[in-house]
Amino acid sequence: MEKMPRWADVFLVPFINLLLAFFVSGLVVLAVGENPFDAIWIMIKGSLGSTSGLGYTLYYATNYIFTGLAVAVAFHARLFNIGGEGQAAMGGVGVAVVLLAFNWQHWWLALPFAIIGAGSFGAFWAGIPAYLQAKRGSHIVITTIMFNFIAAAVLGYLLNGVLKNPNSQNAETAAFGPGAHLPTAHEILAPLGIEFSKSAPLNISFLLALLCAYLVFVLLWRTRLGYAIRAFGQSESAARYAGISAVRITMITMLISGALAGMLAINVVMGEQGRLIKEFVEGAGFVGIAVALMGRSHPFGIVLASILFGMLTQGGFELLWEMPDLSKEMVLVIQALIILFTGALDNMVRMPLERLFLHLHKKAA
Amino acid sequence: MEHSQGLILFLVTLNQTINVSVVLIFAGLAGLFSERSGIFDIGLEGKMLIAAFFSAAVSYQTGDVWIGVLGGIGASMVFALIHAVTSITFRGNQLISGVAINFLASGLTVVLGNAWYHQGGQTPQLSGAARFHDISLPFADTVRDVPLLGPLYSDVLSGHKPLAYVAFLLVPLAWWVLFRTRFGLRLHAVGENPASVDTAGVSVIWLRYEAVLIAGVLCGLAGAYLSTSQGAAFGKEMTAGRGYIALAALIFAKWRPWYLLMATLLFGLLEAISNLFPNINVFGLFTIPVQFTQALPYILTVVILAGFVGKATPPRAGGEPYVKER
Repeated sequence: MEKMPRWADVFLVPFINLLLAFFVSGLVVLAVGENPFDAIWIMIKGSLGSTSGLGYTLYYATNYIFTGLAVAVAFHARLFNIGGEGQAAMGGVGVAVVLLAFNWQHWWLALPFAIIGAGSFGAFWAGIPAYLQAKRGSHIVITTIMFNFIAAAVLGYLLNGVLKNPNSQNAETAAFGPGAHLPTAHEILAPLGIEFSKSAPLNISFLLALLCAYLVFVLLWRTRLGYAIRAFGQSESAARYAGISAVRITMITMLISGALAGMLAINVVMGEQGRLIKEFVEGAGFVGIAVALMGRSHPFGIVLASILFGMLTQGGFELLWEMPDLSKEMVLVIQALIILFTGALDNMVRMPLERLFLHLHKKAA
Repeated sequence: MEHSQGLILFLVTLNQTINVSVVLIFAGLAGLFSERSGIFDIGLEGKMLIAAFFSAAVSYQTGDVWIGVLGGIGASMVFALIHAVTSITFRGNQLISGVAINFLASGLTVVLGNAWYHQGGQTPQLSGAARFHDISLPFADTVRDVPLLGPLYSDVLSGHKPLAYVAFLLVPLAWWVLFRTRFGLRLHAVGENPASVDTAGVSVIWLRYEAVLIAGVLCGLAGAYLSTSQGAAFGKEMTAGRGYIALAALIFAKWRPWYLLMATLLFGLLEAISNLFPNINVFGLFTIPVQFTQALPYILTVVILAGFVGKATPPRAGGEPYVKER
């Protein structure tokens, strides 16, 4: 017998978790002397109230879709990839190398190669911890954390060395050529007669992110490989018995995961910055964990959760202007509480609910 | 006695090594207790950060640094309690709980700091009795002129903050508690095979709670050292990854207290070198970039984890919530 109806498992539990996270966040807002409802209103208005706000919201959401998918794919094989931050940073190096190597004539020529650059560098950076886990038994959580720091050091070294723009004081590469410029939402929508903010960084990468979400769905639920990945995650011993190689699945899953995290660089480095700077990932790798947890590791849920987190990030910047006593770091608090309640404290809500449904079920019978 | 240039640099490096190792020792011991009991703790960073903030804030408000230390320990223990309730009582994922704690500390310290002090997340500078000052060990001035050992004693070992000496004394204490007391042996057992401890009639839940709360106290001391001894105020993100370095040191030390001391001193030496000599020129042949020195603790840990040099095996029941058999 099912403990809980499916709708309760998929919607009710995450919803209650989210409410709890927002409730505690509200208490923090109260504690610093602001009105939580005003704060929510400012965040909603700031993130959805104008095409500029919406453009930023979806731009951040694009990042979170990539990193959320990266975490989710690994979750399905019961691997915790906490290294999205470093893989995305290396993806940036890949994008920069590709875009600086040639004088690209058109973005649609540059984009496929930039995707290969971002994906392969990200995959490489996830591949080493994957190999060490599969072959040497070192814990992937710890190695991916270590690789985040090593990636930061590598990026810092490259940006102060071979990749540095000699004409700049900052640790950054030279600007990419105009042929590597991705169309922004403004440029795409203007010919259709839709007026979209010029300043918002939303670009065609958003569509790439949606495509990736669809491809991940197809991979996991419509292919043999996806079946093997999920079987491996359900029970490693059963999967082994069925002839699924643990080494192969660990490697492939992590390579896909790292490549997805690397894609973030397409949006930020190619789409927004137009050059490689040092701290462009800005914690998106970690937000991906929250997004994957909230989205229940399903691509559809991840897209929704990413938009919510995009709203939070963009809304947080608005808070900074409207409520001087509240910092944009309030967003970190909200994210932390969402991770805590949906990810780690799930049983706190689930166990009483299961008992409740069991009780109702008995009564009905 | 006049010291030569080289000797002074050498002494300064050793002195700095001790100074920056203190935080790693406290945090590493915190991880040691928690992980020995079978509870992974990647939230060392967050607990240190919140403790650093509250020690600075409470010291500033009360003007007494020792009350500040207690404030830091209290804040860190609240976070430890969240981790304990999450991962022991509700059997949640310990890694995810740790990530949440790190996020929470990053956000909360700046939100509260800005609301209270309006200095971009910083606390006001601490002075006088609101911070720790260097203390001289006995006879530090009289033995300075003894060749070699004199300067080592007077300029390297002497002249640190009180909490630094606490940290170094805690290492043998931790060894004794973990390897020579009933509590410590049970803690080992609960991290390796909780069912056996349960069968012996000892509460797995309570043992793990104790271990996680001890980790809270130690992270509190680590944070307090950062903002009241190593520095004299709280600064945004001032832990700067030290919680992860401590975690790395713990793995490097294969979850043993004395090895942990060696590992933290080694990683502390690397941090001191990267602070004092950013880019090292080796005989004019090539330059070791500062980024390499900074990344070396992580690289060494990966090498150890991969088992290329020795093998680091974590406690067997680590990360697994304990479910009583029915």
